[in-house]
Amino acid sequence: MPVSLLWAVDVYGRVYSLSTVGQQWEHCRKAHLEFKRVTAAQQCCWGIACDNSIYLNVHASDLPVRYQEDTYENQRWNPVDGFSERLLPSDRWQWSDITGLQHQPMASFQLPSSSWEWEGDWFVDENLDGEPTEKEGWTYAMDFPATYTKDKKWNSCVRRRRWLRYRRYKDMDTWAKIPSQQTALPDPFSDISCGGWEISEEPRGRLSLWAVSLQGKVWFREDISHHNPEGSSWVEVPPPGEVVQISCGPGDLVWAVLWEGHLIVREGISRDCPRGTSWAGVESPSPEVATIHVAVGVNVVWAVTKDNKVWFRRGVNSHNPCGSGWINMVGEMIMINVGLNDQVWAISFEDRLVYFRQGVTSSELSGKTWKAISVPRDGERSHSSASANSQHSAGCFFSGEVRVPSVVSDAELDLEHPPGDVAISSVTFPGLDSFVDAPTNSSSQPCVKPSIPKVTSDSFISELVSDRKPAKTSGGVESASPAVLEEVVLDEGEADVLSSNSTVTITGSGGPSDPQWSNVDLEEAQIQYGQTGAVADSVDSCSLSSLATYSLAMEDQYGVDEHPLWAWVSGGGCSVDSHSQLNWFSYSLNTLSVSPAQTAAWRKQIFEQLSERSKREMDNFRHYEQAIEQSVWVKKGAMQWWRDWKPHKWMDVHFALEQFSGAEGHKDGILFIYYNYYEEKKYLHAFINEVTILVPVLNDSKHTFAIYTPERTKQRWPIRVAAGTELEMHDWLALLSVSCCDSRGIHGSPSKQAIWSITCKGDIFVSEPSSALEAMPYPTPCDQMFWRQVGGHLRLVECNSLGIVWGIGFDHTAWVHTGGYGGGFSQGLASSTDNIYTQTDVKSVYIYENQRWNPVTGYTNRGLPTDRYMWSDASGLRECTKTGTKPPSPQWTWVSDWAVDYSVSGGTDREGWQYAADFPASYHGFKTIKDFVRRRRWARKCKLTTTGPWREIPPIPLSDVTILPCAAQSSVDTVPVWAISNKGDVLCRLGVTLLTPAGTSWLHVGTDQPFKSISVGAASQVWGVARDGSAFYRGSVSGPNPAGDCWYHIPSPAKQKLKQVSVGRTSVYTVDENGNIWYRQGVTPSYPQGSSWEHISNNVRKVSVGPLDQVWIIADKVQGSHSLSCGTVCHRLGVQPMEPKGQSWDYGIGGGWDHITVRGNSMEPPRICLPSMTEPLPRAAHTPPPAAP
Amino acid sequence: MADDKDVLRDVWFGRIPTCFTLNPDEVTEREAEAYYLLLPRVSYLPVVTDKVKKHFLKVMRAEDVEEMWFEYEGTPLKWHYPIGVLFDLHASNTVLPWNITVHFKNFPDQDLLHCPSNSIVEAHFMSSIKEADALKHKSQVVNDMQKKDHKQLWMGLQNDKFDQFWAMNRKLMEYPTEDGGFRYIPFRIYQTLSDRPFIQKLFRPVSPDCNAHTLGDLLKEMYPDALTNDGERKRYQVLIHGIEPLLETPLQWLSEHLSHPDNFLHICVVPVPTD
Repeated sequence: MPVSLLWAVDVYGRVYSLSTVGQQWEHCRKAHLEFKRVTAAQQCCWGIACDNSIYLNVHASDLPVRYQEDTYENQRWNPVDGFSERLLPSDRWQWSDITGLQHQPMASFQLPSSSWEWEGDWFVDENLDGEPTEKEGWTYAMDFPATYTKDKKWNSCVRRRRWLRYRRYKDMDTWAKIPSQQTALPDPFSDISCGGWEISEEPRGRLSLWAVSLQGKVWFREDISHHNPEGSSWVEVPPPGEVVQISCGPGDLVWAVLWEGHLIVREGISRDCPRGTSWAGVESPSPEVATIHVAVGVNVVWAVTKDNKVWFRRGVNSHNPCGSGWINMVGEMIMINVGLNDQVWAISFEDRLVYFRQGVTSSELSGKTWKAISVPRDGERSHSSASANSQHSAGCFFSGEVRVPSVVSDAELDLEHPPGDVAISSVTFPGLDSFVDAPTNSSSQPCVKPSIPKVTSDSFISELVSDRKPAKTSGGVESASPAVLEEVVLDEGEADVLSSNSTVTITGSGGPSDPQWSNVDLEEAQIQYGQTGAVADSVDSCSLSSLATYSLAMEDQYGVDEHPLWAWVSGGGCSVDSHSQLNWFSYSLNTLSVSPAQTAAWRKQIFEQLSERSKREMDNFRHYEQAIEQSVWVKKGAMQWWRDWKPHKWMDVHFALEQFSGAEGHKDGILFIYYNYYEEKKYLHAFINEVTILVPVLNDSKHTFAIYTPERTKQRWPIRVAAGTELEMHDWLALLSVSCCDSRGIHGSPSKQAIWSITCKGDIFVSEPSSALEAMPYPTPCDQMFWRQVGGHLRLVECNSLGIVWGIGFDHTAWVHTGGYGGGFSQGLASSTDNIYTQTDVKSVYIYENQRWNPVTGYTNRGLPTDRYMWSDASGLRECTKTGTKPPSPQWTWVSDWAVDYSVSGGTDREGWQYAADFPASYHGFKTIKDFVRRRRWARKCKLTTTGPWREIPPIPLSDVTILPCAAQSSVDTVPVWAISNKGDVLCRLGVTLLTPAGTSWLHVGTDQPFKSISVGAASQVWGVARDGSAFYRGSVSGPNPAGDCWYHIPSPAKQKLKQVSVGRTSVYTVDENGNIWYRQGVTPSYPQGSSWEHISNNVRKVSVGPLDQVWIIADKVQGSHSLSCGTVCHRLGVQPMEPKGQSWDYGIGGGWDHITVRGNSMEPPRICLPSMTEPLPRAAHTPPPAAP
Repeated sequence: MADDKDVLRDVWFGRIPTCFTLNPDEVTEREAEAYYLLLPRVSYLPVVTDKVKKHFLKVMRAEDVEEMWFEYEGTPLKWHYPIGVLFDLHASNTVLPWNITVHFKNFPDQDLLHCPSNSIVEAHFMSSIKEADALKHKSQVVNDMQKKDHKQLWMGLQNDKFDQFWAMNRKLMEYPTEDGGFRYIPFRIYQTLSDRPFIQKLFRPVSPDCNAHTLGDLLKEMYPDALTNDGERKRYQVLIHGIEPLLETPLQWLSEHLSHPDNFLHICVVPVPTD
């Protein structure tokens, strides 16, 4: 779980954040203003300050907010000047956008706000679709608009070139004011809520920001995204009434509270229309009591009514944003907020603490109990930045927070003030505007009784005030100064009114407030006061902060026991769920969080004494007989077996593992499968020490696993067995893998030299290489490699010989290996107890909706009889309906609903459709006259939770990573690690050492286009592959200059788009999108870019080149004697320093492998000199080459 | 650093070198030689003394043989206590090997339970596990197990199969992380100088204010005399598996790692040797 922040504002307007790994509220010192409200997303936090402006705090990230501006320079040839800027009148502008329609001189580019700065000056782009152009960057064509080429031809009459310039958002981690371009904004904002980031992933970092003005209007901020964090403008979204508060969830839910206490729901919010189309009304939970606050998440709505009751809305989802009914929940709150994963925070009415709703899960969205967050604030007592200004704003804050339903009594209060006071106040405190409106409103609304209990901070103050009377008689008010006394008298007036009200109205726990809590607050106020000095003046203009005035009289009779009083909380950026281990609650100090240092003493004592004990009691008596003789141990069970002969089917078998002590004390065993063959009892067996791998194959119908031996790998036909339950399967797998490891004497963590691989299911396997693996000419055949599973779930893994291992999940989360082993199914003994953590992964399941056009009805789901299913998988052969499609295996659970996927390659129309002439064909994202079929892809996210020796490296999601391969003995201080973010940014990791394998921070390396693959070689040579399929070499990468200085563009092999690159000691290999693998010729120290690409093989999915320049690939198809396997680990044979391209392939484990890295294996093979090298290699001969594409 | 799992192995593979001698009062045909054996600390006497019985029966007439029982320096050894507990309680701080006297007559009915077969030991062992799980998980884990799982626990102990036993036992050692430990810690405190067999009460691993209870906390509540006050000479040793863990060791950790296979934490409080 990445570290993320919970934001809150206290009643004095100070902004605090609480980290999910923290144990105290951190005061946001950079907020030089006091804030009324904040609303957080993961990447930023918005707030309304007491100057009523909106401020944005973009969290600093290693990934800069960087925007590429471009413009085109156009020229036409004429016989006199050659190419010149003189264009024909019918031509485009001399400076234009790519279409030529928009006039765009360089000078027209302005920074959008003072928060931006230019990175450098304009420069020419010398890359045309992966092909480098001439130095000047010109591209030529016959005429505008046309196809441009990089070569000038005889008929090239026009040319153009592209200029680029970057600007960067600089105001990170500070509150930057959002400039109000529109002076037309009629009145200041009173509420703000951001969300909507799940509506669409494009553009990156898109947010919806909704705001409410004091007059009850609703505004929507346009165009907020990663590249434009501030958004561009406000658009009014007229509501059906006056809105007082709005809440926007991460998805498409937006609810608002109307002045009258009813709720409205925004409908029609979609990817194309994030603002929505219309409002629908929802009644307040209870007919008499108005709603004052609403908070929405993805599938939940919570509300608070004026009597502080908390309500949960049933049946809310994006199809039914209004939900179906209210449920009253326990607790009395003044506000409530829903954050990520529908987690809920609230501020209690009684003690003003922030509460977290425990036990909120997707199946139990309403959670279980409220739990108070009890952590101290930083500098709890020492820090007090209060100034006269903050006194003002504290008051301001209170009034700003007044909610309209309580207006009448507020108005009554205000009438008691001298008019002048009100006038001053209304200048200072916009919140009072609504007070002025109030009487008219109230007269038109007689149902609003003056005796309504108040729920705002005002009422909170007044209760303090009413509470004050007994305190005053007992306490020492005598010492108060006259000015203060006067104020007190005035307050007493209020207090009388209020207490008479409250006696009637305040219900339940809202009665006489807990004296201790009021003390606390008074004391808190006093700290501020003491620092302020000039008191009386500020008090006059700040009638509502009279609380503070009074507190002057309270002296020191109250203890240190202060606790924070919160006014607002926002969890929109706080990534927790019901499984999160939070240190926010007082019980967190138990054994679970005790650090190793604290436990060292007692644990050490036990270890020492146990070893002393065995010395004392056993060392001298080893010759004694053991009381219990070791014997053969058999575990038996009933299983199903996928029989070897045709027709293949599952048959019931008895499965038994016999274990015994083998030679050299290693445990060994034999696996038996007993089956019936035509009434005859037969069995199949496998020696445990010959098993090379156990592969779990979970699907939704069977719990199966595959057992391979070298022979079975050659056949491409494993022993496949199915257990009755998932649990049984895990028990067997755990037992078998322990016995396999025992029989081979493999224990503990993977070595630094280990070879890691990953299957398409995300399972992680590791193999310990022998020094003979890369031996020449007789390497260990790679079907004899033993693989054991390591817990966790990854999409790719990279390592080096220092033991630094990184992985990337399907959801692009980066993980670093902790050095442990086990986890996942192998709990208990086959797993280290330390270093195992929870790991989650998220991936999407896709199904296709298919339609055919007919002249009468247009596109319908009634296809031709020969057509595919209306709902199918990608191939169209298998029916996959929305309801019938299950998560890939029982380990996965759905975490979202089905949604149209617009990010399909080839593009889609606005509804997500792709068109084609017929099934199956190539699809395009627009309809032409020839298209008779269309399809669209639906995606649904599912999530897996497992355990493994992996720790998350937040926060940037990655798509590729590479670690410098090095010789085994090399002593490298900091290890170069490069990565590609999931958006294509190139990143260089700083601070990666043996002790800190996760490193410290990212250094962003600018590129003109997104990248998709990267690899760093043993001599720090960095190669990347860009989105356009061309390669780039990074120049001047060295220890002091870890990020290098510039990119050298290296065109791809003719007509091929490169996909992946791997660089070993000196060799550079790439794989293109058509499955070809290429070797870079002519790479020398003086010319590291090399000269040309040489084709090696086809049918290759991925390549990994190691520190010995050994080459391993994942081959797409490999034919065995019994079957064919896709995704097979293959080893290049015959690779030598003088022959880096090798000779042939050796085939290892296969059938669904997706990734391999051999970059940890720097074990030099033993040098054997053989007289003759002419005889054919043993392994290469009898396995056929990869099948032709 | 050593892994916590190594503790489990050390505990399991703890052995006490023992010298069995036949009670001189027994009628024998010829002189019986002593019999030397490494006894597993975590097992029970009837389970591991088949060889002993066989050895001595060779020199005896069948009609002189009644139920076998053991005695150490005059104290009959209760077979239903784990061997390690018997040793720590009666014979710690003595010279090894442990000298046990074997009897075939005069079964002390007032001190010992009869044990006609190992199935009695199995029943006792399983009932201890069930009792412990009742304390730890309201019996939820043990009730979820199948008959064969129970058998696996017993067979693991009987045949000294660490992996077999722990493959199942780990389920009994799990607890929801948010609880911070078991419901109650199954423990028994034995004393030499008391008529009471042992102390067993309800005790939670975590205090109401959410701090982890330690071994010291447990003793303070259950047996304050076992603790050494400031300035006092140490009077008692607190032994678990023959070692003295520090009093600040968290009880939950002890319960997970130093419990006997019957899932109880057996704590012996013995006087400090005077010499």
